[in-house]
Amino acid sequence: MIQFFFRRLLDIFPAFIGVTLLTFSLIHLIPGDAVELRAGERGIDPARHAAMKVEMGLDKPLYVQYFKYIGGVFKGDLGRSFVTKKPILEEFLTLFPATLELSTCAMIFAILVGLPAGIIAGVKRGTVFDHTVMGASLTGYSMPIFWWGLLMILFFSVHLGWTPVSGRLSALFWIDVDTGFMLIDTLRSDEPGAFKSALSHLILPSIVLGTIPLAVIARMTRSSMLEVLKEDYVRTAKAKGLTPNRVILVHALRNAMIPVITVIGLQTGVLLAGAILTETIFAWPGVGKWILESINRRDYPAIQGGILIIATLIIFVNLGVDILYGIINPRIRYTR
Amino acid sequence: MKWRKFLSVASLAVLFCMVAISVQAKTFVYCSEGSPEGFTPALYTSGTTFDASSRQLFDKLAMFERGTTKIIPGLATSWDVSADGKTYTFHLRKGVDFHTTSFFTPTRQFNADDVIFSFMRQFDKTHPYHKISGGSYEYFNGMSMPDLIQSIEKKDDYTVVFNLNKPESPFIANMAMDFASIHSAEYADKMLKAGTPDEFDQKPVGTGPFVFVSYQKDSTIRYIAFDKYWKGRAKIDKLVFSITPDASVRYAKLKAGEAHLMPYPNPADIKAMKKDASIQLMEQEGLNVGYLAFNVTVKEFENVKVRQALSMAINKQAIIDAVFQDSGKIAKNPIPPTIWSYNDKVKDYPYDVAGAKKLLAEAGYPNGFETDIWAMPVQRPYNPNARRMAEIIQEDWSKVGVKAKIISYEWGEYLKRSMNGEHSTVLLGWTGDNGDPDNFLAVLLGCDAVGASNRAQWCYKPFDDLLMKAKQVSDIKERTKLYEQAQVIFKEQAPWVTIAHSIVYKPMSKQVVDFKIDPFGGHVFYGVDLK
Repeated sequence: MIQFFFRRLLDIFPAFIGVTLLTFSLIHLIPGDAVELRAGERGIDPARHAAMKVEMGLDKPLYVQYFKYIGGVFKGDLGRSFVTKKPILEEFLTLFPATLELSTCAMIFAILVGLPAGIIAGVKRGTVFDHTVMGASLTGYSMPIFWWGLLMILFFSVHLGWTPVSGRLSALFWIDVDTGFMLIDTLRSDEPGAFKSALSHLILPSIVLGTIPLAVIARMTRSSMLEVLKEDYVRTAKAKGLTPNRVILVHALRNAMIPVITVIGLQTGVLLAGAILTETIFAWPGVGKWILESINRRDYPAIQGGILIIATLIIFVNLGVDILYGIINPRIRYTR
Repeated sequence: MKWRKFLSVASLAVLFCMVAISVQAKTFVYCSEGSPEGFTPALYTSGTTFDASSRQLFDKLAMFERGTTKIIPGLATSWDVSADGKTYTFHLRKGVDFHTTSFFTPTRQFNADDVIFSFMRQFDKTHPYHKISGGSYEYFNGMSMPDLIQSIEKKDDYTVVFNLNKPESPFIANMAMDFASIHSAEYADKMLKAGTPDEFDQKPVGTGPFVFVSYQKDSTIRYIAFDKYWKGRAKIDKLVFSITPDASVRYAKLKAGEAHLMPYPNPADIKAMKKDASIQLMEQEGLNVGYLAFNVTVKEFENVKVRQALSMAINKQAIIDAVFQDSGKIAKNPIPPTIWSYNDKVKDYPYDVAGAKKLLAEAGYPNGFETDIWAMPVQRPYNPNARRMAEIIQEDWSKVGVKAKIISYEWGEYLKRSMNGEHSTVLLGWTGDNGDPDNFLAVLLGCDAVGASNRAQWCYKPFDDLLMKAKQVSDIKERTKLYEQAQVIFKEQAPWVTIAHSIVYKPMSKQVVDFKIDPFGGHVFYGVDLK
């Protein structure tokens, strides 16, 4: 198992270098001059333009910039933002808890609804329930996030007044943010009602962000269950006289889980990287929105650093999934 | 007896509730459009940053009267200008306190050291704070302050003298701009000694109406009213910036009662907002101008008749209707009507296709010619849809035989290339910085700005002489006359087609009272109250 773990760990290195190279080249392929963009309509005289390029480290050849950047990365220095002048790692760590909190809640929502829906649809194949789940998941998967989010806000927040429109906490609560996880910070604060407010702010963005993973999980669980339910050992289990629940939950589900876990692992990456739209609609102060704004402002260090950390996280999530396979199905770790 | 007891308890409870409501803090929630880049205004250029910093936390030596471009005393009670216009002496206000916060307790009141620190940080490259937080002072440089200022001296604790290299009448207006915010030198020293000078720019201390409490990146900024503010305490107790980038969501927050005021509504939502009984909508012309500049170094546009003809060939009303919908007004001058010296007597070119054809024939182009129109790739307050505007102009010009190709580049590239004069005609605009006509006329049309912000590359001596003269005169009546003449010359020479001034809308809750639209596009919450 340890050997298997280290082998997987070694595979990460080329992926990591690939990500840095790709991000660096893509950013510099985007047309536009970061200095000009900062000066706006006013324009900038050539001497000041040259001086700013030096200040921003953009005067050197691209390969020199790349190696300087990589050198910094290995020392844990991702540079400073062109805009806020703050270290990138500090900016990322300030915003990441918000993204992680939202992604976790969205994933919990997707698993809690998607998994049972997929199991039941698989077991009750061809019934009205099955068709409803499949239809709803297809709709959920195809829904444009921006439209879906606004629709939810207009209906639940503006029309019914059940949930807050956006943000993480009502403006009336003035709590100290220590961990960055609003649910934890509000629990630790002594302001009554703050936790409830933080929780209510999570409902709509979690549903919107969790919709696509929910659809994928439900569909994958269903098809995987259908495969497994045809297997001989399930028939044997039934013949042994086990209760239907025990056959489904113990014998079928455990084997059906492998592709589902793969999907959950992949979707976790998608959630971390793909929360951009949800974060923008719900004014959620996470890393997705930050990277998008950085692209618009040509804040190269922020784009490079942000993408690099997220890519690294996704690589590690996938490593975790690989290791989980090994635990669930020992044959995988021996055959690799 | 029981009833009497019940009634007395009930009335006590009602009284308690009423007292509780009356003492409840007034929290104003402003649904801002983005995150500030930091809290030291001199380091940045965006209005979003100024809203969060200079407009709530800091004061300047001179200030703009709320809702106008009129300059009034701020931290300087008065100022004297020498006869040669090169020496400005500021007499500072006494008894002004700096904010006491969780991270700093001032031991002295505002004095000349604070003024010297605030400007020398930007001016003196060897100043210990010059390079802190990136150290780029784009506004200070953009307003040519390093070339203008010769020295800054402290005469005594309450007198500061600025010596200039040349007379510059707009100097006082510059002193009211955001980059001229006054910081605490004592706080700066403390941070420097502690080895944390970067924090000075992230945890601000000023003399303004609100005290900074906390900032959660991309989420909220919190302030409380400053009890010892020299102009008197703000009417609201707490101020919260709830950062919400999407305009539709900002509108939803306003409707749901989660915010009191939102900036930059979607133009498409204006009609619905006007009908919405739950909100009030204020409007005012913006301090901006959207224009089409002819590159006068291009052969066809060297001829003034061609410029005049193409000005006459554009149906501006059609542009206002299609591009601005309800949020624009035809521009006839290069400065907006809210700026003093706006010359209302100037007559705009009428939309006259036949007249335009005649002028083109006189200029030697009876069959027109081929040219290009550069359309901005971004939405700006003075031009919400440059592509659409370019299409309308293209169509209009085709009626007089001029075939135009529409060209667009990425925004940074667009600005750079148009500055170099690679275009024939270019759509662009400007939002004023300090309410001074010089900030439009000299910056955009002066000879010094050719190759930079003068996109028409137009250097016309009679016009430029008037601007130069106006810079050297401090009497506002005399300056007004000079700028009025300059506007007449501009119209005759037609280096631009002035297209529109945008109309700024501010949707707000009906609870909001005494809010005034800032002509500079900012949001000032001192003086605002909640019903």
